[in-house]
Amino acid sequence: MKNSLVILFLSFLSLNLIAQGYSVGDKAADFKLLNVDGNYVQLSDYEDAKGFIVIFTCNHCPYSIAYEDRINDLNRMFAHEGYPVIAINPNDSVVQPQDSYSKMIVRAREKSFGFPYLLDATQEVFREYGATRTPHVYLLNREEESLVVRYIGAIDNNYEDAAKATEKYVESAINSLKAGEKPEPDFTKAIGCTIKVRKS
Amino acid sequence: MKPFTFVPVKLKFVIILLMIFTVNGLHAQVRVYGFDELKPLLNQQNDTTYVINFWATWCAPCVKELPDFEKINAQFSAQKFRMILVSLDFKRSLETRLIPFVREKNLKAEVIMLHEPDANSWIDKVDPKWTGAIPATLIYNKDFRDFLEGSYTYDELYNIIINNLKQ
Repeated sequence: MKNSLVILFLSFLSLNLIAQGYSVGDKAADFKLLNVDGNYVQLSDYEDAKGFIVIFTCNHCPYSIAYEDRINDLNRMFAHEGYPVIAINPNDSVVQPQDSYSKMIVRAREKSFGFPYLLDATQEVFREYGATRTPHVYLLNREEESLVVRYIGAIDNNYEDAAKATEKYVESAINSLKAGEKPEPDFTKAIGCTIKVRKS
Repeated sequence: MKPFTFVPVKLKFVIILLMIFTVNGLHAQVRVYGFDELKPLLNQQNDTTYVINFWATWCAPCVKELPDFEKINAQFSAQKFRMILVSLDFKRSLETRLIPFVREKNLKAEVIMLHEPDANSWIDKVDPKWTGAIPATLIYNKDFRDFLEGSYTYDELYNIIINNLKQ
């Protein structure tokens, strides 16, 4: 009995180790992170939201920079429809000084970000979500009392030129959710910058 | 007579300058590939061991591990070994960033640029484990395949190659 309990415990532990971050269909956790305006933001602040476009992004990464205008556009298009953008910088500023909190404030002002730009100072949120690169999108949908991950991946299929993107993944995923359908595709990959993890 | 002797000297100078630029230019040539052209290089069935490293000039951890890759390339270049550094820099920075970088660092390993912005269409074809972050490296031959998203240390790289290299 004792042995089987130990085995059960160990397998539970290893399952947790293997499960790195969210898959589509998982329930997403709320967080409380510092915004560039000096206030803390949490998803539960948005009582009327139907969901969220959570985007792990940062200042320094050329792929993130290439998508800044498109992220602003997504927020402009979907915030008033109940799906605001929540941008999170997961990088450690010792490893990448361009991604410090003070430089986030500068960048948000320069690009007139219309959405919260939060700092994942403890690097717990990106780990919980399972983000591996910037930019990396998690589209959350409110279903009953939970926020459910309904799309993970890229914003569209052309990082270099928005005008040449033939698949606007996030846009069409939200349109599917609004129509009561499941996004297709619900998972895509893209080239991005590694997340800069704090060195212990 | 004076102007006559002056002209050839100037010409010689121009010719030397031209030669220097041509030699340098040839040395730092970087071919631009689509994924269809790169794909065969990821699946060769011969005795050569391939190291395919995905990187970019703006990617700090990639640039940091480049000297180790260069050293490995020099060590194994006489053997059945081929290294290709696949740059994912933006195409518009080929002339302004990538080629000057290759020249400045005097990279000896083969450098190509992959221009295929619809990354979702090809990342899984390199390796299904790859989420898309760089650096990422594929090491393989016909009997062996190893893929890593992240950085190798010199020792890791050396050991994988020495343990799998074919005579």
